[in-house]
Amino acid sequence: MTDLSVSIGSLHLDNPVMPASGTFGEAMARAIDINRLGAIVTKTITEEAREGNPPPRVAEFADATLFSIGIPGKGVGHYLDTQVPFYRAFRPPLVASVSADTVEGFARLARALSIPGVAAIEANVSCPNLRKHGLAFGMDAQATHDVVRAMSAATSLPVWAKLTPNVGDIAEIACAAEAGGAQALVVANALLGMAVDTATFLPRVGSVTGGLTGPATRPILLRMAHQCVEAVSIPVIGCGGISTAQDALEYLLVGARAVQVGTASFVSPRAMLDVLEGLETFCGERGIRRLQDIVGGMKHHPRFQ
Amino acid sequence: MHADACAPAPGAAQTCRAASPAIEEAHCPVVRHAWVNRECRHLVLAAPDPFLAATPGQFFHLRCPATSEARAFLRRPMSLYSLDRSRGQVEFLYKVTGAGTRALASLERGDVVNVLGPLGTGFNLHKVGGHALLLGRGTGVATLNHLAECLRERHVRVTAVLSARTREGLVSEDRLAGRGVQTLCVTDEDGSSDMVRLGETLRKLHDQAPFSFVATCGSQRMIRLLQSLEGLRDLAGQAAIEQPMACALGMCWACVHPVRQAAGTSAIRYERVCVEGPVFDLARLPT
Repeated sequence: MTDLSVSIGSLHLDNPVMPASGTFGEAMARAIDINRLGAIVTKTITEEAREGNPPPRVAEFADATLFSIGIPGKGVGHYLDTQVPFYRAFRPPLVASVSADTVEGFARLARALSIPGVAAIEANVSCPNLRKHGLAFGMDAQATHDVVRAMSAATSLPVWAKLTPNVGDIAEIACAAEAGGAQALVVANALLGMAVDTATFLPRVGSVTGGLTGPATRPILLRMAHQCVEAVSIPVIGCGGISTAQDALEYLLVGARAVQVGTASFVSPRAMLDVLEGLETFCGERGIRRLQDIVGGMKHHPRFQ
Repeated sequence: MHADACAPAPGAAQTCRAASPAIEEAHCPVVRHAWVNRECRHLVLAAPDPFLAATPGQFFHLRCPATSEARAFLRRPMSLYSLDRSRGQVEFLYKVTGAGTRALASLERGDVVNVLGPLGTGFNLHKVGGHALLLGRGTGVATLNHLAECLRERHVRVTAVLSARTREGLVSEDRLAGRGVQTLCVTDEDGSSDMVRLGETLRKLHDQAPFSFVATCGSQRMIRLLQSLEGLRDLAGQAAIEQPMACALGMCWACVHPVRQAAGTSAIRYERVCVEGPVFDLARLPT
């Protein structure tokens, strides 16, 4: 029997497989046994209710999707009243993803969510910073640092920072989040992209640009996870294009301790369990007693001088 | 009939959720798959028991097989055309258009399709009695066929007005007639589907034998017609809506459609076609 458990900072997980924020909902409990997941990560919430972006909100590619959703939701009050009690009935720790357009907003959310039933808070720093002319917090090392620091001061719960991949030097942002007090990094959010319908001349998503996700993005996000692992000493959670155990293993081998499965759950709600079962099978076949033993186990090709 | 008991009045979704039945992901063998005209195919699948609880207007999410010439990354939502509980079969009728449906079209008898469902909120049939008008355009008629069959089982009088570009494009006419549905076909090629003429036709039908319920699928213009037509606009009415979809489980929020917060109000909000829909009250759809 393989030990799949992993510690992410102060949080202990039975296994390293969890949903990526925005790809999970209560209906998942009707489709699969969500008690088997390592953690539950909910859709990003904001302080106030939001309607989100105008449709169309999704465009499809051979191996990827472009989403432009715009963080619709009913606000933190609704989350505390309905979502937290709902997920309290399940075993995996609940990780609440939050977003705000000011540093203070992030801190207020962290404070509001510091209640029994919430195990960690994930900061979605991919949203625009009102005070920086809409530049995403996550594109700016100082802003990322400030968000994480303010949240960590406002709560005793672990704070995870979910980085945006839309930066030149992700290691710099990773270090800023670590310095701000993040207990873990999630690497990473969706890649900014766009597409145009050549029949109608219209952009294929309503807000013109959106976030590219899915298997096609994995090599890019894996590279970023690798760079972050090299740069920080806190745990990195890999996220980007994972739909099979092999995909998850790639992230573990470059040093990620856990993985988030996102778009794959839209193709099959069983995707997370498939990844989990695949990891167990892999360890069984290889005689690996602790999955964490292979974290960072990537080898290097010999070089001829 | 638990799913039926769940057919929500607006705002009743919360109370339904606790009792929501399981969503099954099943591998369904193809029992029959045939062209019904040049564009549409009829797909019959062997289905597990949970699928057979589906109610009219609900849908399934089909994974499209990868073929050499067509491949779709996401599943395709497809509303139920018919349901056969004794044989354990679900049926779909779809038009072959893009990559997803072209891939589906390659399925042969004995092939297996990965299907997720049943999903969504179907027609609310709590108060349906008397005389029902079903107004369908193109393959939107498929969704109404299952509704018609269920209404006929309840001995509700049903008149179906079927619209298509051409006579050849009309689907389900014989099947509906076989169930005792009075059918009337209108087409673009003879001009009878024109909104003005269609409006007159509907008003005449209504004068002869007044309708107490209307349902529509397949055309935005038909929705507007039913919302504006004197005599019919005050009837309880529902429309099944289509929207590109990703997860179909209410998680991704991609398939939203603007709806009024309540009938008669001007405040609009986005609701998910996959959860709150695909069937909405006509009075809640913005004109």
